[in-house]
Amino acid sequence: MTREIFISGEHQRRDGDAEPAPRRSSGAVRVGVPLSAVPLIVSCNGIQSALDPAGEEARQVATLFWVMTVGGLAIWAGVIALALYASRWKRGAITTEAAGRLIVWGGVVFPVTVLTALLAYALWLMPSLRPFGDQTQAGLRVEIVGSQFWWRVVYHRPDGSSIVSANEVRLPLGRRVEFSLTSSDMIHSFWIPALGGKMDLIPGRTNRLSLQPTKSGTYRGQCAEFCGRSHALMAFPVVVMQPGDFESWLAARASASPGVVESRSAETLFLRHGCGDCHRVDGTQARGTSGPDLSHVGSRLTIGASLMTNDAETMARFIAHSQSLKPGSLMPTYLDMPSADLDAISAWLKGLQ
Amino acid sequence: MWRLLPKEVESLWTLFTAPVVWALHFLLSYVGAAVFCEKPGLLGEDFDNLRVAIGLITVLSLAVIGVSALLAWRQWGFGTGDPPHDDPTRRDRLLFQGYATLLLSGLSFVAVIFTALPALFITECLR
Repeated sequence: MTREIFISGEHQRRDGDAEPAPRRSSGAVRVGVPLSAVPLIVSCNGIQSALDPAGEEARQVATLFWVMTVGGLAIWAGVIALALYASRWKRGAITTEAAGRLIVWGGVVFPVTVLTALLAYALWLMPSLRPFGDQTQAGLRVEIVGSQFWWRVVYHRPDGSSIVSANEVRLPLGRRVEFSLTSSDMIHSFWIPALGGKMDLIPGRTNRLSLQPTKSGTYRGQCAEFCGRSHALMAFPVVVMQPGDFESWLAARASASPGVVESRSAETLFLRHGCGDCHRVDGTQARGTSGPDLSHVGSRLTIGASLMTNDAETMARFIAHSQSLKPGSLMPTYLDMPSADLDAISAWLKGLQ
Repeated sequence: MWRLLPKEVESLWTLFTAPVVWALHFLLSYVGAAVFCEKPGLLGEDFDNLRVAIGLITVLSLAVIGVSALLAWRQWGFGTGDPPHDDPTRRDRLLFQGYATLLLSGLSFVAVIFTALPALFITECLR
């Protein structure tokens, strides 16, 4: 934003010598003001905006934000108006008593009242932002384990069964979902701005977060606590689905992907190159758990924790160049893998729908 | 009341009384709540008891700060003199100290209320 205004100012200065002064400033305003408004407008909506809520908790956070912003702006406007009044329109001295009254009312009573009201409002919101139900009547519970730089996602259904996935969170519309959050290595933070506030993932500790999506769609979550070189690349898509669709989606993930048997030769290559030491693929001998579960990786929207769109080509690129695409991750690069093997494994993985 | 406490208590120590009460109240409230929630059973089971306890230490703290403010007000001459009391005399030093103590007591009074406010709204460890 600053750069654009600066550039437009440079422009105006360069050809401004022959121009009258008023036109120069109006040109800068014409270009600069709308440009400077762009980030403001853009930040108010989108897949990763706390100001475009798609969940009950995010709605309350957004309301709190607007109450605080409007309150702050009103006070700011009042103070500026008072300063203008004192410096421009009424420049005479006031009595000591009047000054004392102004200090007591404007400097003590008013701020204390306003701060008490705002603090009480924010505190009053807190219980409803953490609406944990009775453990026995909890519906879907989603366990999230943060690792450098990916997310293990385990869906615990009310019947006791669980389904393991990674780097993508799917939620049923209108249902309250409880997250239990922990970490396998260092502190991460789980944040889906469109659905609610953030919560840290701390090794050796389980934190709880409760969210209720109110709008279906695809959103974006992001690690919000610096955790290493690829911290910014530790994100995940969040898909809010109709409850029926969600149930059938989850049911399809309870068993091995039909794509596993499509190419037994690719499966063999996958195992021969050691991929199964870190990754699990249901229905195969691949049982590793130190990397993301790949049982249904082909059906995910992205690969590499929201790094790239998911197709066979990006999959091959990620396998061959993982360290340059995601520096510091545990996934080794496979630059020496024959391209035929790479293509076969990528196509097979993409087929794991 | 004014004769109950001798004028000799008017020392630099009275200046610290209210902020120290604020600090102790803060520590008791927050450490108490943390221990109560992290070690179930150690300080009791019912969260409402914790809220009542925080309420009681709040009333006690506000009372001590109130007394400190009254003493400071007395030291300041009940507001008869005008600040800033910056003459290099013993009288001005006393008045200045009384005035500063009174202001600190006011700040501590509000701070203790703000510290205790969560106990009014938070109803259990998780919420």
